[in-house]
Amino acid sequence: MNFLEVESLSKVFGGVHAVEDLSFDFQAGAVHSIIGPNGAGKTTLLNLLTGIYSPSAGRIRFEGQDLTGLAPHEFARRGIARTFQNLQLFFNMSALENVMVGRHLHERCGLASALLRFPRLSREELACREEAAELMRYVGLARYLGTAADAMPYGALKRLEIARALATRPRLLLLDEPAAGLNPTEALELDQLIGRLTGRGVTVVLVEHNMHLVMGVSDHILVLDYGRKLAEGPAAAVREDPRVIEAYLGSAAAARNLGAAGAAPRAGIGP
Amino acid sequence: MAARFATPRAGGMAALAALIALLPLGLRNDYFYDVAILVGLNAIVCVGLNLLVGYAGQISLGHAGFFGIGAYGSAILATRYGWPPLAAMLAATLAAAAIAFAVGRPILRLRGHYLAMATLALGVIVYMVISTEDRFTGGPDGMTVAPLAIGGWALRDPRLWYWVVGALLLAAVWFALNLIDSPTGRALRALHGSEVAAEVVGVDATRHKVMVFVVSAVYASIAGSLNAHFSGFITPAKVTFLHSIELVTMVVFGGMASTFGAVVGAAALTTLPQVLTPLKDYEMMVLGAVMMGTMIFMPRGVVPSLQALLTRRRDAAAAAAAPAPRPGDGQ
Ligand SMILES: Nc1ncnc2c1ncn2[C@@H]1O[C@H](COP(=O)(O)OP(=O)(O)OP(=O)(O)O)[C@@H](O)[C@H]1O
Ligand SMILES: [Mg+2]
Repeated sequence: MNFLEVESLSKVFGGVHAVEDLSFDFQAGAVHSIIGPNGAGKTTLLNLLTGIYSPSAGRIRFEGQDLTGLAPHEFARRGIARTFQNLQLFFNMSALENVMVGRHLHERCGLASALLRFPRLSREELACREEAAELMRYVGLARYLGTAADAMPYGALKRLEIARALATRPRLLLLDEPAAGLNPTEALELDQLIGRLTGRGVTVVLVEHNMHLVMGVSDHILVLDYGRKLAEGPAAAVREDPRVIEAYLGSAAAARNLGAAGAAPRAGIGP
Repeated sequence: MAARFATPRAGGMAALAALIALLPLGLRNDYFYDVAILVGLNAIVCVGLNLLVGYAGQISLGHAGFFGIGAYGSAILATRYGWPPLAAMLAATLAAAAIAFAVGRPILRLRGHYLAMATLALGVIVYMVISTEDRFTGGPDGMTVAPLAIGGWALRDPRLWYWVVGALLLAAVWFALNLIDSPTGRALRALHGSEVAAEVVGVDATRHKVMVFVVSAVYASIAGSLNAHFSGFITPAKVTFLHSIELVTMVVFGGMASTFGAVVGAAALTTLPQVLTPLKDYEMMVLGAVMMGTMIFMPRGVVPSLQALLTRRRDAAAAAAAPAPRPGDGQ
C-alpha cells in the first residue's frame, strides 16, 4: 500500500486541462517536490488533493482510503493539511487564534458546552492555547504570540500558515510556494524547518519555484508541464533530465541556473 | 495573560449589569419602561443576529420572520388554544429553530447577494402567511395576546417586565460571549476570515453556518414571543421586511463582530425615533443622516471605532511615558 496514490487524475476548467491524466505514488516520510512552469497545474493539483476541487476524472487514495469526491474538511480529518500560494489567513483574529483554529478537529466542543462554557471546556482551551503557542515557537514566531494577524509582516504570515496546518496534526503537509516573497535569510530558515518536519513524522509535498530550496530538501521530484507528468525521480536525476531543462527553462544556458534560486516562468506564459 | 484576556469580557458584562441595575433611576414613568423593554428585546435579537452577521460573516435580511414566528407562535398557542404561555413560547422557539434548520441547509450554501435575496424571501413568506392566515393571526389588524402567566400569576407590571427582560438580555450576552470564545466560535470567525482555509483545517462550513443561523433564529424568536406577551397585542408590522432591515442596521451601526456593539446599536436606534417624535416629519431624514454619517466616519460601527480610538490614545500615552524606543524595535 502506498501512502498517497494518485490515479489518472484530471481537472478540466472549460477548455483548459489544468491537470490531465496524472498518476503518481508518494511514499511516507519523505519530502516530495512538485515543480513546473507557471500554469503547469501545481496549485490545481493541491486543490484536488485537499478536496477544494473535485476531479473531472481519476482517483485519490491516501493511506489506503479512497478520498475522491470528499469535502475539504474530510480530507483534513484524514490527515492532510496545506498552506496556500496566496495567503489564506484569518485576518479577523490574533496570530495565536489562527493556529488554534487549526486544532478544530481535536476539540470536543458541542453547542451546549460552548454556550454554557463548561469547566472542562475552559481547561481544554488552556491546553489548546498552549499547544498553539508551542507550534508558533516551533516555526519561529515566538515574538508574534500576542500579535493580531493583520499586523504581521509577509514572511511571518507564511510561517503562520505552516503553524496552523501543523496544528491539525497532519501526516501529509502540502506547501504551495512557501518561499515566494521571502528574503534569503527567511528562505534558509524555511529550508531548515522543512527538514525538521519529516522528523516529526510529517510527509511533505513542496510546490516551489525556488530551485535552490527544492534541490536542497527534496528526496523525490515530480515535474509537471501543461497538467501532465513530464518527469519524476530523485532530485539529482531530475536536474539532469533534458526534457525538464527544455520545458522548465527553455534554454540550455539557463540549465546551469537549475542550482540557483529564482522562479522560472515559461516565456510568454508567465503573468 | 489569562487575566488580560478575561477582562474585556467580564468587564463588559459587569458594566452592562450595572447599567441595567441603575437605569430605573432615570425611568420616570411607564412610557420610559416601555421604551427600555423594547430596547432590551431588540438588543436580544441583535446579539443573536450579530453572531451570524458580524462574526460568521453571513447575512440575513429575514430575521423579522423569526421574530414573527416567535411572536405569533406564542400568541396563537397561548391565546387561541389556551396553552400555558411558557409552553407556547417553548413550542414557538422550537418551531423557529426547526424552520431555520430546514431552510438554512440549502440557503446557507449561497453567498453574498444570493444569500441576502434568499433570506429576504424567507422573511417575506413568513410575513405573507401571517397577514393572510387571519383566522389564526387576525391578519393585518393584528391580535390580542394573553399575558405571560406562570401558574395563576400574570406578569403585567412594566417594572417587573423590565427586570425579566434585563436578566434575559444579560443571559443572551453571556451565551454569545461564551460561544464566540469557544472552539465553535473560533470556527465561525474563521469562516468569516477565509472560508477555504477554515475548511482545509477541518471546519465543516455548512454545519457551522446552519448552527449559527439556528442560534440567531432562536434569539429572535424568543424576543418575539416576549414582545407579544409584553405588549398584549401584536400586528404584522414587526414582521415586515423593513423591520428586518432595521435589525441589520442596528447591528451594523453598533459594530459588527462586537456583542456589546449590538446592544449599543439596538439601544441607539430604538430610542432615537422616540427622541425624534417632536420632529415627526423629519424623523426618517434624521435617522438616515445618522446612518450615513456613521458609515462614512465610523464604517466599523460605533463600539469598535471607539475601542480603536481608546487603544490608540492609550498606546500614545504609553509611548510618551516610555523612554525612546531603540532602533530596530519597530516590529
Ligand atoms: N478555478 C479555475 N478556473 C479556471 N481555470 C483555472 C482555475 N484554476 C486554475 N486554472 C487554470 O489551470 C491552469 C493551471 O493553473 P495552476 O494555478 O494550477 O498553475 P500553477 O502550476 O500553480 O502555476 P503557478 O506556478 O503560477 O502558481 C492555468 O491555465 C490556470 O489558468
Ligand atoms: Mg500555483
